[in-house]
Amino acid sequence: MNDIVISVRNLVKKFGDFVANDNLSFEVYSGEIFGFLGANGAGKTTALRILSGLSSPTSGEVMVAGYDAKKEPEKIKKNIGYMCQKFSLYEDLTVKENTMLYGGIYGMSLPLIKKRTAELMEKLNFSDYENKLISDLPLGMKQKLAFSVAVLHEPKIVFLDEPTGGVDPVTRRQFWEMIYEAASRGITVFVTTHYMDEAEYCDRISIMSDGKIVALDTPANLKKQYNAETVEEVFIKIARPDSPPSPLKGG
Amino acid sequence: MKRFLGFVKKEFLHIFRDPRTLFLLFGIPAVQILLFGFVVSQDIRNAGVAFLDLSKDEVTQKLTDRIISSGFFRQTDNLLTYNDIDKVLKKGKTKAIIVYEDNFGRNLLEKGKASMSIIADGSEPNTATLVTNYIMAITVDFNREIAGNSAGSGSLITPEVRMFYNPELKGHFMFVPGVITLILILICALMTSVTITREKEFGTMEVLLVSPLKPLQIILGKVMPYFILSLINVIVILILSWFVFGLPVKGSIALLLAESMLYILMSLSLGILISTVSKTMQQAIFISLIGLMLPTILLSGFIFPVENMPAVYRWLCTIIPPRYFIIIIKSIMIKGTGFFYVWKETLVLVVMTLIFIGLSVRNFKIRLE
Repeated sequence: MNDIVISVRNLVKKFGDFVANDNLSFEVYSGEIFGFLGANGAGKTTALRILSGLSSPTSGEVMVAGYDAKKEPEKIKKNIGYMCQKFSLYEDLTVKENTMLYGGIYGMSLPLIKKRTAELMEKLNFSDYENKLISDLPLGMKQKLAFSVAVLHEPKIVFLDEPTGGVDPVTRRQFWEMIYEAASRGITVFVTTHYMDEAEYCDRISIMSDGKIVALDTPANLKKQYNAETVEEVFIKIARPDSPPSPLKGG
Repeated sequence: MKRFLGFVKKEFLHIFRDPRTLFLLFGIPAVQILLFGFVVSQDIRNAGVAFLDLSKDEVTQKLTDRIISSGFFRQTDNLLTYNDIDKVLKKGKTKAIIVYEDNFGRNLLEKGKASMSIIADGSEPNTATLVTNYIMAITVDFNREIAGNSAGSGSLITPEVRMFYNPELKGHFMFVPGVITLILILICALMTSVTITREKEFGTMEVLLVSPLKPLQIILGKVMPYFILSLINVIVILILSWFVFGLPVKGSIALLLAESMLYILMSLSLGILISTVSKTMQQAIFISLIGLMLPTILLSGFIFPVENMPAVYRWLCTIIPPRYFIIIIKSIMIKGTGFFYVWKETLVLVVMTLIFIGLSVRNFKIRLE
């Protein structure tokens, strides 16, 4: 757990006068499930884009999977997986065609793609669906598949951007089992979420507010520190220090 | 390279799996060519004509017989006065009325000169053009015979055509270059803008951008299939127009295909540009259709000659890319001219393509930030 796969030092990202990320510093360890929390507009997406090599920091040092985000974003891209809220699979292609496509994009050899796809189908009990179009699958299935495709090339890190939006609790539960399984294989999981109960599943969480990281620790320690019962309470105390704890649902 | 090819293959799968896209790509061009072809340039057969014979002599009778027996016409009526012309034409069965002046035969034999009028129904300009042209041809033929028979200096029948018609429509097959121009810009710009905005809307674009594929590869991979399919389209249209309408390409086919590729490239870059400014597929479709289809039909010289337009519209025409391609393709297909005569228009298209690509790259980068 001590290998550092993401190291961020004094990251600043400005758009004109607007400071989206204000002096962020944190580290993520190998095999960890790292929750990245924050209200909308807190700067989560900006940070995620920099970490995944999509945009360049204004200043600061960002190392992802051993590469500098400023100088070698292309190398970072080869070593990460990515899944966004919208599931990112092509609806008019079959399950197999999707895995072939993404495997190919990440430079995997054909036999390897076939082997991994077969394993995956067996593991998920999807064998009957291999040649079905994605549009014919139920939402939960699509989501599991999207995650599996994102880690098909066994990346060092997988970024999940609000991956469980609009999914029922049972499927969310199963989805998190998949995340645990991937983490146990040594894949670092970097996940943003709106669901505060999900934050409890993470090894460590960071909470952003107004472009700054205002809290970063294990869920247990944070609850102790803020004298709260749930992460949701912690979040509310941090995001709105004046308001009393309320039983609002997260998400 | 392997990554790129896999990506291109996926794009082909999108196209072949969507019947609507396929129809847009191949159905519409074929339908348009056939439709335009048969509607615009149908041969006349048994077109109704009527006669107002003010002379009623041997010569007029002969000419009338000649027209009727040509096989193209059928007599619908015999008029007695000028006042009936309007009434007969309005019935719709008569496409043209032939009027012989009083003393037609005597004038022709004695003065060597006689006049007749062809009054055509201008509400169907294409038929009217055809009908008058055919009648004129028959008359000229008849004229030559008379002139040959009579010993004197050549007798002359001067047919006077009374109709408003569009001189551009004289070439019945002018629509083929126009259809190619319209279809290429529509398909290329519409399809690329839609296919790119679709990736944005479905969130797959984000995943592609995060992947090791370079933005340039993504864009190229997305437009490559449309480039290939559009080129095939051009060839299909040319073959169709040749075999169905007997319109061969007079100039160099290689030059025509090269210019088509340039035009396709221009349209594709325009499509990419549209995709960078539209957030949804609807928006992309709207911009492509309203922004491209109408101007191409109205202002490119496809249907309405640019020379006859008011100055403001003429100026507008100069910024419309299809305007230049239509000149190029008409010159090559119909006049059979070489590159020397169309280099200026080609240059304009090259410059426009570069501008569109430049703007797209700039917009794309802004979006990435």
